[in-house]
Amino acid sequence: MPKLTIDGMEIEVEPGTSILQAAEQLGVEVPRFCYHDKLTVPANCRMCLVEVEGGPPKPQASCALACADNMVVHTNSPMVKKARTGVLEMQLINHPLDCPICDQGGECDLQDQAYAYGFDRSRYHESKSAMPDKELGPLIKTVMTRCINCTRCVRFADEIAGTPMLGQLNRGEDSEIGTFIEQAVDTELSGNLIDVCPVGALTSKPYAFTARSWELQKTETIDVHDAVGSNIRVDSRGNEVMRILPRLHEDVNEEWINDKTRFSYDGLKKKRLDRPWVRGDDGKLHEASWDDALTAVAAQLKKTKPEKTAALAGDLCDLESMVALKDLLGSSHFECRTDRTFFDVSERCGYLFNTTIAGIEKADAILLIGTNPRHEATLINARIRKTWLEKQIKIAMIGEETDLTYPYEHLGTGPQNLEKLIKAKSGFAETLKKAENPMLIVGMGALQREDGDAVQNLAREAAETFGMVTKDWNGFNVLHHAASRVGALDIGFYAKDGFNLADMSLVYLLGADDFDMSAISKKAFVVYQGHHGDAGAARADVILPGAAYTEKDGLYVNTEGRVQMAKRAVNPPGDAREDWTVLRALSGHMGKALPYDNHVQLRDRIVKEWPHMGDIDSTAPAEWKKFGIKSNVLKNNFKPLSQDFYLTNAICRASATMNECTTEFHTESQKAAHMQAAE
Amino acid sequence: MLADKDRIFTNLYGFESFSLKDAQKRGDWDKTADFIKKGSKWVVEEMMASGLRGRGGAGFPTGMKWSFMPDPEKSGKPHYLVVNADESEPGTCKDRDVLRNEPHKLIEGCLLAGFAMGAHTAYIYVRGEFYNEASNVVKAIKEAYAAGLLGKNAAGSGWDFDVILHRGAGAYICGEETALLNSLEGHKGQPRNKPPFPAMAGLYSCPTTINNVETIAVVPTILRRGGGWFAGIGRDEKNAGTKLFCISGHVEQPCNVEEAMGIPLQDLIEKHAGGVRGGWDNLLAVIPGGSSTPMLPKEICETVNMDFDSLREVQSGLGTAAVIVMDKSTDIIYAIARLAAFYMHESCGQCTPCREGTGWMWRMMQRMVRGNATVEEIDMLLEVTKEVEGHTICALGDAAAWPIQGLIRHFRPEMERRIMEYRKAAA
Repeated sequence: MPKLTIDGMEIEVEPGTSILQAAEQLGVEVPRFCYHDKLTVPANCRMCLVEVEGGPPKPQASCALACADNMVVHTNSPMVKKARTGVLEMQLINHPLDCPICDQGGECDLQDQAYAYGFDRSRYHESKSAMPDKELGPLIKTVMTRCINCTRCVRFADEIAGTPMLGQLNRGEDSEIGTFIEQAVDTELSGNLIDVCPVGALTSKPYAFTARSWELQKTETIDVHDAVGSNIRVDSRGNEVMRILPRLHEDVNEEWINDKTRFSYDGLKKKRLDRPWVRGDDGKLHEASWDDALTAVAAQLKKTKPEKTAALAGDLCDLESMVALKDLLGSSHFECRTDRTFFDVSERCGYLFNTTIAGIEKADAILLIGTNPRHEATLINARIRKTWLEKQIKIAMIGEETDLTYPYEHLGTGPQNLEKLIKAKSGFAETLKKAENPMLIVGMGALQREDGDAVQNLAREAAETFGMVTKDWNGFNVLHHAASRVGALDIGFYAKDGFNLADMSLVYLLGADDFDMSAISKKAFVVYQGHHGDAGAARADVILPGAAYTEKDGLYVNTEGRVQMAKRAVNPPGDAREDWTVLRALSGHMGKALPYDNHVQLRDRIVKEWPHMGDIDSTAPAEWKKFGIKSNVLKNNFKPLSQDFYLTNAICRASATMNECTTEFHTESQKAAHMQAAE
Repeated sequence: MLADKDRIFTNLYGFESFSLKDAQKRGDWDKTADFIKKGSKWVVEEMMASGLRGRGGAGFPTGMKWSFMPDPEKSGKPHYLVVNADESEPGTCKDRDVLRNEPHKLIEGCLLAGFAMGAHTAYIYVRGEFYNEASNVVKAIKEAYAAGLLGKNAAGSGWDFDVILHRGAGAYICGEETALLNSLEGHKGQPRNKPPFPAMAGLYSCPTTINNVETIAVVPTILRRGGGWFAGIGRDEKNAGTKLFCISGHVEQPCNVEEAMGIPLQDLIEKHAGGVRGGWDNLLAVIPGGSSTPMLPKEICETVNMDFDSLREVQSGLGTAAVIVMDKSTDIIYAIARLAAFYMHESCGQCTPCREGTGWMWRMMQRMVRGNATVEEIDMLLEVTKEVEGHTICALGDAAAWPIQGLIRHFRPEMERRIMEYRKAAA
């Protein structure tokens, strides 16, 4: 391992570490624009220059120079200072001085570095150059004159997103970043371009001119738009969410989030349920007081037998509210799988993403079954792409063909192809058998069928046949798409024996919107507790306004079984309340108050019954046990989850930005796909 | 003056045909296989003994450069020889004549050099504008294949060797070796960071050596006549051999000429180019080694010798040995401003100092031409050139800075005079 001296401090580093990384380990800050630890190193900004003794008599780019034994590096010598000052001056000569109207102001790398290395006035008396702005779609605003050509965005699109549509056009002073033929950046990860841009060239279009970064309240919390549980930071001003940014979590989302997570926040301000409603004798919903609404619900609950009562939990529910609802309705029917993915969930290993997201990087062969991870869990797809990019691993897919940003072998579209694969001796079967860490991912598209349990069983057989489960490796993975799902299954919020929704005379919808409401009997009394006026609220007889994920503290369990804690960033609008408190109040009206008066007591109650819920941010490996029900699979093909990436839940559907994205990207690409199919 | 018997490029002016038959009459492809049978170590040692330094501009010892290539048996990757025929340095036209009149020297050199570094493939990257030159080389390559001099068991040596010609699109930066590799691979022609050097990871990440056309074309003759013969010509062992000089500008007879390294600049101009237009006393300045080298005023031109180290001593460089002569009718500031425009136009735009700095320098130079500046701005201009120089990925930044530094070093009074004149006129 090379041992070197940086600014008089000795350090020993892993071979291949760059000087910049070594300096970082020592806490020595080296300014940079183009370098980004998740991207390749072009060394084109020349800001990270350092002096290396004994080398050529000129400063070296520390980001691209690997540490070698006995190097003596200076990061603050007069030569370095002079070089950086020069480079910074060059960066600034054609950069507009529009910081006061730039959304990057306050969190701009160039601005920060100008404080450290800039002159207090410009020596550049020539005319500044300007670049025409680009139209990159509804999410990204461009001010290309601010661009410093660091090419971070180009590399992000090429490497992480896998949609190589950006590039540096022309040369010299005329260099500009663009898409060549003007088009929107069609990737679910496009918002991250804004984060990687060190200046204000790429900024958020929906956020434009709405706030300054320093006046925002920052809350670190968890995303609920898919089952990845991306770590996010909610920036709010007053009681309004202004923007959402990713938070670094190497094991979950690294430092990226998808566009739905980032841009759907305007949906939090629209179509909100901000007061209770009760359906009157005239068949219309009328505003009501909390007392009236709860009394009405309590009366109905008391009146209805438990076996005629059902509670459905939606995709965005926090664990606390589901536990409270379960405690309240004791012996009724519960179900969280409103998407009808009825497979065997009796064993935890049978419904978890056992490999874990970070574990994907250890895999050397991946089989995807009935899933489009690009849409269902964009960051898991990004992780697969990362692994493919690093090791060129073999990937195959059974299901509908689609662009996943990495090449894969298409083995067919139905469960019979999986049966064939299990029996096969050559081809991908051989690849899986030979692989050291093979894994498979079963998506909800494969399980959302009448024969879901048989498909799950088949997948288990495949996992066992191909040696995917060993002492220290579990390659069996179920990819969920709903943030609430794994938590709900963990606490048993599902019907073991099933029930017929049409027979129920009282249905309690806890944020459940994403299913066909006509499945509920016309005569049934429906209570909807949730935050958006969507399908559920339209059918409800009583509406109890709840809180969205940014408005409550809550636990969420992601697809890999990781328990994460979300924090309240703003207050629920109007009379809406945190969901568990609504249920606690309802229990009071029913005369059998739930035994917890505050959040802490509720969490205590949860951890007492399910101790792993107290283990925040860890994934306890689930023990491998027998699960699945052996039966014949149907012949029909796996269909992708019938969903539009941008419109998967009530929040997105209320979001103007997401609807715009759908018009921009999906309708077009879907049209193209249909045309292709027709041909 | 170089004796005729010591000339390597005997058909430099194209008085004879470039065809294989005529080339063989001139001695090309003579006993090529014998050199290969002596082994690659012998070839490299002979090259080291010859003292040949790269003819592309940087002047790195060729034998040493070849010796950096890893052992082909241990590297486990194909090795490549890439010939840089992207001759674009303003004032330089030596490789052009080699390509069109002596292509067989180059192709034979490719085989020998390729063999020395364990390469079975050589790419010749020809500047896009050199259409006729590329055609001649292609014809010569075809002749060589037909005669069994290339391909399997090339020239009966037992070494398989292919030569592939690739035409660039005419970008100056693609003459930078790593940008050339990027261009050859099909990427945008932008220089790569070094390290890793091409000898470790070059073309397609395989060990690669990039040499100038002239460097490779002199290899067969050096091997034929011995490294000692080559080392015996020229000023000393570090500045040895013969060199093609391109003399252009205000001389009576602009020409390409092969001369001994270290010939006095004045001799070169007067004996081969017919002297400065209007006599030696009409000389203003000379750019000795292609546009990127700092110019020399008349006083230095009278005493300086044309070799790597002598020119370095006067803060200039031999570069490509493209001598640009300027007489007293030259607007010297405008001339350098034109070069600044060239470098601004050819900067690849990848790294900051060059992308932004070349434009800045050009704009200031434009004002200097008119005198629309202040005297302090001359110092500022010099400072800007220093901000660019040495801070970039490749040497284009340096190349853009040096001509201006040369101007300020030697013609500052003229710049100041023009500023004063402009002020007077403005007042």
